[in-house]
Amino acid sequence: MASALFHRPAAELSALLDSGAISSVELMQAVIDRVKAVDPSVRAFNSSDPDSALAQARASDERRAAGRRLGPLDGLPIGLKDVIAVEGQPLTASSKMLANFISPYDSTVASRLKAAGAICWGRLNLDEFAMGSSTENSAFGPTRNPWDLSRVPGGSSGGSAAAVAAGEAVAALGSDTGGSIRQPAALCGVVGLKPTYGLVSRYGLAAFASSLDQIGPLTRTVEDAALVLGAIAGHDPRDSTSVRSEVPDYAGLVRRRGGPWRLGIPKEYFGQGLDPEVAAAVENAIAHYRSQGCEIREVSLPHTRYGIGVYYIIAAAECSSNLARYDGVRYGHRSREATDAVDLYFRSRAEGFGAEVKRRVILGTYVLSSGYYDAFYLRAQKVRTLIRRDFLEAYREVDALVTPTSPIPAFRLGEKSADPLAMYLCDIYTIGVNLAGLPGISLPCGFTASGLPIGLQLIGQPFKEAELLSIARSYEQAHDWHTRVPSL
Amino acid sequence: MNYEAVIGLEVHVQVKTRSKMFSRVPVAFGAPENTLTDPVVLGLPGALPVMNLAALDAVIKAGLMLGCEIAPVCKWDRKNYFYPDSPKNYQISQYDQPLCRGGSVEIELPGPSRNVMGEHRRVPLTRIHLEEDVGKLNHGANESLVDFNRAGTPLMEIVSEPALRSAEEAFAFLTALRAVMVCGGISDCDMEKGQLRCDANISVRPEGSPRLGTKVELKNLNSISFVRDGIAHEIRRQLAVVQSGGVIVQETRDYDGQTGASQSLRTKEQEHDYRYFPDPDLMPVAVDAAWKERIRSQCPELPFERQRRFFSEYGLPYTITSVLVVDRELSEYFEEAARLSADPLAVGNWVVNQFLRELGEGKLSFAELRRRVPPAAAAELVAEIAKGTVLTTAVAGLSAALFQADPPVGVRQAIEKAGLAQRSSGEDLERWCREAIAGNPKALADFKAGRDSAINGFKGPVMRAAKGKADPKAVDEMLRRLLKEAG
Repeated sequence: MASALFHRPAAELSALLDSGAISSVELMQAVIDRVKAVDPSVRAFNSSDPDSALAQARASDERRAAGRRLGPLDGLPIGLKDVIAVEGQPLTASSKMLANFISPYDSTVASRLKAAGAICWGRLNLDEFAMGSSTENSAFGPTRNPWDLSRVPGGSSGGSAAAVAAGEAVAALGSDTGGSIRQPAALCGVVGLKPTYGLVSRYGLAAFASSLDQIGPLTRTVEDAALVLGAIAGHDPRDSTSVRSEVPDYAGLVRRRGGPWRLGIPKEYFGQGLDPEVAAAVENAIAHYRSQGCEIREVSLPHTRYGIGVYYIIAAAECSSNLARYDGVRYGHRSREATDAVDLYFRSRAEGFGAEVKRRVILGTYVLSSGYYDAFYLRAQKVRTLIRRDFLEAYREVDALVTPTSPIPAFRLGEKSADPLAMYLCDIYTIGVNLAGLPGISLPCGFTASGLPIGLQLIGQPFKEAELLSIARSYEQAHDWHTRVPSL
Repeated sequence: MNYEAVIGLEVHVQVKTRSKMFSRVPVAFGAPENTLTDPVVLGLPGALPVMNLAALDAVIKAGLMLGCEIAPVCKWDRKNYFYPDSPKNYQISQYDQPLCRGGSVEIELPGPSRNVMGEHRRVPLTRIHLEEDVGKLNHGANESLVDFNRAGTPLMEIVSEPALRSAEEAFAFLTALRAVMVCGGISDCDMEKGQLRCDANISVRPEGSPRLGTKVELKNLNSISFVRDGIAHEIRRQLAVVQSGGVIVQETRDYDGQTGASQSLRTKEQEHDYRYFPDPDLMPVAVDAAWKERIRSQCPELPFERQRRFFSEYGLPYTITSVLVVDRELSEYFEEAARLSADPLAVGNWVVNQFLRELGEGKLSFAELRRRVPPAAAAELVAEIAKGTVLTTAVAGLSAALFQADPPVGVRQAIEKAGLAQRSSGEDLERWCREAIAGNPKALADFKAGRDSAINGFKGPVMRAAKGKADPKAVDEMLRRLLKEAG
């Protein structure tokens, strides 16, 4: 069982800190030592600053001693995907383009974590600019799956998922554009929540695809996800797409017993390409819900099959524009060979971006070009509306949907690198949630025979994260998958 | 064959707001390089735009003042192109749904002479949209430096229909447009500060032809005289080409106001594909009827409307109104004073001559001048002049004294202090006149013989006796009365 301090859930550690059984410095030191011990093989971190983290831990201990605890996250080390800005810390997006960039400002989520007393702990690896499903597209080398170091942790928030699974951070923030929180959470056996679009501010998240990106937590338990979400959610005047809504007490609500719920099983999510072991684990989970009195109903999301196509048009279009700012003029990689302004763009971008980023920028530039816009971008937007309508239609009958998170468990490094389309299919069950702007969560629901984690995806209704978390927790409490830890 | 020119203008006007279009950084001119920046203005990773509502209000106001149709939804698009002065390498702009459509600008063509009003015409507008300004490049010998202080300033683009026919008309259009913008408080339109910039689309065609010729876009007409000269130059260039049997190439040309020459920047084939698409960082904003009404209630009277009213209500001549109406503050000052006066024309004259001269000195601001000589004081002064208390020859000096006095002094007080009160009504005047008549029997005889001009022979001695402080009119009246008595 998870007795080591660095493997325990945030809620439990918070209680230990409150009781005085441990100090934040003690916890921080244990995590620092853990990173020293395992990260040379896991490589979840692009960088970290143990001295600053310990100083923050000391400050947290002083607050608690003075009775001025800032909240349940006070003194807990939370890792951030290296695409979320923290003032004074590197912000590389795992790209050569930003290899030496230090952010001069805090993202809204970072400033909210700080306000809650959490320690912003390290910069976690990802697929360059969050484009990928394996973290192999990092300019600084891949992260490995803590459960099997020859396998990928998923992506793009692979560093965040691996760090939480390996005990290198109590919790982490990732970003999810097409499954980038949920898929690595599934592959690393942790909980990953993608909130409703607009619930969490994107200010300070280096944008990949603005209309799809959303920041969310990766944690060891559903309750932890509720705790972290409670700290980062809520309207932000700096993000025009952030929604004005009351932030409920997610952690309080999730501890209450809910249900039974009406759960939908979208038939399109159980087709070809689904690994039999994953299918079996998800079926077991569905059976569990049924045994708890939930009404299980098959539903149809007929436009699911257009999801990947629509996603790669919209995400690529937005990314081609969002990444235009990386030009070597004001910051970031600047080619030493450049002879004039245009040459500076060509060379800096050719040298600074990796293959997958270039592929998507070129694709996005193409679909927005004069004469192609209507056929590609505009049509994709229309289909996107239909996909969202499918979900909302289903929610007339059910409270949430139950699906696999990833069609397959963690694959080997290099296995899909040569075939971008095979890699894109990793997101087949997660993409619809982003296109429809819905909340989705992945939680552990079993292991393959070879010991690889399997993830269960629950998809909720807009801004009903509290209910989604309750549904997830009712499963989690009846199982012990989440208490298992990889042997490293 | 006779040819005519067809001109459409694209005018960029910086909107006067406290902060930038999509960030909280202040807008200012002349600050040290790159100090008016933040993560949003510099396009740092993760920065997001948030719309400045005041800029939106200003453009709606401009649209209402110019009679445009206001879009029900304000939608934002990205215009993608790479240039070092563009921090994000896309500009947030409005593509297929401009905030304003249609409308027109009333212009005044040059009259037969400076003092005579010219013909008025309405030049239709295509659209007005809102966008963000870019930074500024400073080119050195071996390097170019970018200053992002200007980047992100709210910028309105006003596009006219191709309805102008000459450089003079284009000039009149800009003058009238600027007057409306300044009057509405929408922009100061200071061309030296780049607050108003103009590009022109120019083509020529056989006179009377319904078809448009191939257009050339002329860029960087960045002073009002460059607009006139640049367009005239381009029309001449095109006429020379077509009249020698050549063909106009669709292109963008850069006009150099210093040399008076233009050169090709790019041809149609080299035009950018801006890859416009809706900006996913900004939500569309609904502009409802209540919003429009709120702005409509803030729209001031247009300059030409005011001019027509000044003609009819106050009987002012063109020469005075044309000076007054281009300046809203001055017009309002005039009107406040005129309402307190029995002689608005005299007030108009005083404002245009005395007030404006003082303002032109540039030592004191309008507000300060107004504080020292409020409209009521102006009306009082004009009344004193009419009563003859103040010599017309002394008005300039007295006005200057009033403007210089701080703390301000009353008109009567100033008249006394300056010793300018005319002795025209006192016994002195009568005494001086009697003495003058007695001292010049020849003139008296001539006058009696019917030579009216002989009266002037008495005036010199009276004025000398009064040390120049007698009102000629009063002197004339007094002399005639006494001469009549002397029968």
